[in-house]
Amino acid sequence: MGRHRTAAGVSTPLLRLDGLSRHFGGLMVLQDVNLEIPRGGIFGLIGPNGAGKTTVFNLITGLLAPTSGRIEFEHHSLSGCSPHRITRLGIARTFQNIRLFREMSLLENVMVGLHAKLGYRTHDLILATGHFRRDERAARERARELLSWVRLDHKLSDRADNLSYGDQRKLELARALASNPKLLLLDEPVAGMNSGEKDALMSDVRRISERGYTIFMIEHDMRFVMGLCQDIAVLNFGRIIARGAPDAIRVNAEVIEAYLGREDDDAAPDGAPGAAA
Amino acid sequence: MTVAWFGTFWDVYSNLVLSVGTNALLALSIWLTLACGMLSIANAAFMAIGAYASALLTLNFGWPFPVALAAGMAAPALMAFLIGRPTLRLSGVYLAMATLAFGEVVRIVLLNTDRVTGGALGLNGIPQLTRWWHVALALAVTLAVLWRMRRSRIGRAFEAIKEDETAAGLMGIDVAGYKMLAFVLGAAIAGLAGALNAHLTFFIGPGEYGFDRAVEILTMAILGGIGSLTGPVVGAVILTLLPELLRALQNFRLVFNGLILVLIVLFLPRGIWDTERLRRWAGIVRRQA
Repeated sequence: MGRHRTAAGVSTPLLRLDGLSRHFGGLMVLQDVNLEIPRGGIFGLIGPNGAGKTTVFNLITGLLAPTSGRIEFEHHSLSGCSPHRITRLGIARTFQNIRLFREMSLLENVMVGLHAKLGYRTHDLILATGHFRRDERAARERARELLSWVRLDHKLSDRADNLSYGDQRKLELARALASNPKLLLLDEPVAGMNSGEKDALMSDVRRISERGYTIFMIEHDMRFVMGLCQDIAVLNFGRIIARGAPDAIRVNAEVIEAYLGREDDDAAPDGAPGAAA
Repeated sequence: MTVAWFGTFWDVYSNLVLSVGTNALLALSIWLTLACGMLSIANAAFMAIGAYASALLTLNFGWPFPVALAAGMAAPALMAFLIGRPTLRLSGVYLAMATLAFGEVVRIVLLNTDRVTGGALGLNGIPQLTRWWHVALALAVTLAVLWRMRRSRIGRAFEAIKEDETAAGLMGIDVAGYKMLAFVLGAAIAGLAGALNAHLTFFIGPGEYGFDRAVEILTMAILGGIGSLTGPVVGAVILTLLPELLRALQNFRLVFNGLILVLIVLFLPRGIWDTERLRRWAGIVRRQA
C-alpha cells in the first residue's frame, strides 16, 4: 500500500545509529554502537542474553533516551522524540514479552494501531459525519486485511487474551503493521513458539518483507534468523562484534566465542579468579 | 386523575429526581478519567468551581442562565488544564493523592474567601433557574457525546491507555494529550452538574464539595460499573435513591446503605452493569426457556 523504494533511497540507510551508548548507573549496557540499516530486506541483530539487544530497540522507539550518540531515521534525528512521534515517523515494533490490549478484541487491537491513520476531526465523530463513517469503515477493512496476513481473520471479535501464545505474537505483528511502518522492529518474534508455529511465522514474515516492509529483528533462534536475514549484526557486552551475511557470521571466530565461550574457559574451574585470562 | 397524582409526586420528589440527573452527570464525569485508567478524585472540587462560578454570575451580575452554565463548565475545565500539566504525570495512588489534595485546597479557599464566596455560610438565595428539561438535556447531550466518543478512535485510545500506556504510545497515540482530554472534559461535565445543582437548591456551601462528595462520586461510577456508559448512570440512580428507600430504617439507614454497597462490591466487583455478565445471564435464561 503506497510503499516507495526509489533507486536513490536504496543507497542511503533507513536507520543510522551513530556512536550510541546507554548506561544504567555504572552498568554500560551499550557502548559506542554504530549500525546502518538499509532500506528493504530483513536485518537481524543477535547476541547472547543480556548483550543489550532490547535496549537498542527501546532507544530507537524512544522508550529510553541514549546516554550519548545519535539515532537518525530518514534524516530525522530521533533524539528527544516521544514514542508516539517516532511511531508516526514510520517505526513500529513488537515486544519480547507480548504487550497486547488484552481486554480488547483482535479487530480493536489492530484498529488502535491504525490510530494515526484516522484523519477525522472531533466534530466529525460527534456528528457521525460521512467522513467519520468512511474512515472507520476503511479502518475496519484494513484491520481485517492485516489480520488475514497473519491468518487470524477468522477470530476478529475474540478477546486478545483468549488467543494461544503463538497467535498473540501474530496479533502483535498485525497490530504493528497497522501504522504502515517504513521500519518494523521485531523483538524475539518466535520466543516460546513450537517448531511448527516457527515455520509458519517464518513464511509470514517473509511474505511481509516481500510486500516492501523493511524488517529489523532481534532473535535467539538461529535457524529462524539464518533462514530469514540477508544481513546480521552480532552484539556482545554492549558492542557490535561482527556484521555480515549469515554464512560469514556462522563461521566468525569472535561470534562463536561469544556464544560458546573460549575453549580454555571449560578447562578452568568455575569462578576461579583470572580463569578467562 | 393521573395528572393530579403526578403533580403531587413531582411537588414532593422533583428535587430527588433532578438530583439523580446531576449525580448521573457527576458519575459520567469521573467515568471519563477512569476509562483512561486514571484514578482522579478531584471531581467534587470541579463541581464546586462550576457551582460557585455560575452562581456568582447569576446572583451578583444577573447574567443569563445559559451563559452562567457555560462559565460553570469553562472555569473548572481551565483549572483542570492548569493542574493537569504537573499532576497527570503521576499514576495510581499518587495521582489519587494529588487530586485529593487539590480538592481540599479548593474547599479551603472557598471557606476563606468570605467576601466573594460567603465563607462557611456559603451562597444564599441563588435564583432557582434549573428546570427539569435542563437536567434532562444536559444528561442526554453528555451521554450522546460520550457514546460517540467511545466508538471512535478516541474511545479506543482511552482503552488502550488504560490497558497498557507504553504500548499505546507506540501505536502513535499521544498518551499525555488524551489523558489531558479526559481530565479536562471530565472537569467540564462535573462543573455543569455543579452549576445545574446550584440553581436547583437555592443554597451552596463549601461543605457540600468535600472528601465525602468526592468519594460518593467515585462510588457511583465503580458501583454501577465502568465498562459501559450505562453503569455510572445506574450507579448514580441507586446511590441517590437508596437513602430515600431506606428511610423507614431511620437512624440505621446509613449502616444499611453502607452494608448494601459492601455486598455489591464484594459480589459484583466489575459493577452492577457488567455487560459481559449480563450477556451471560441472558444466555442462560434463553437456554432454559
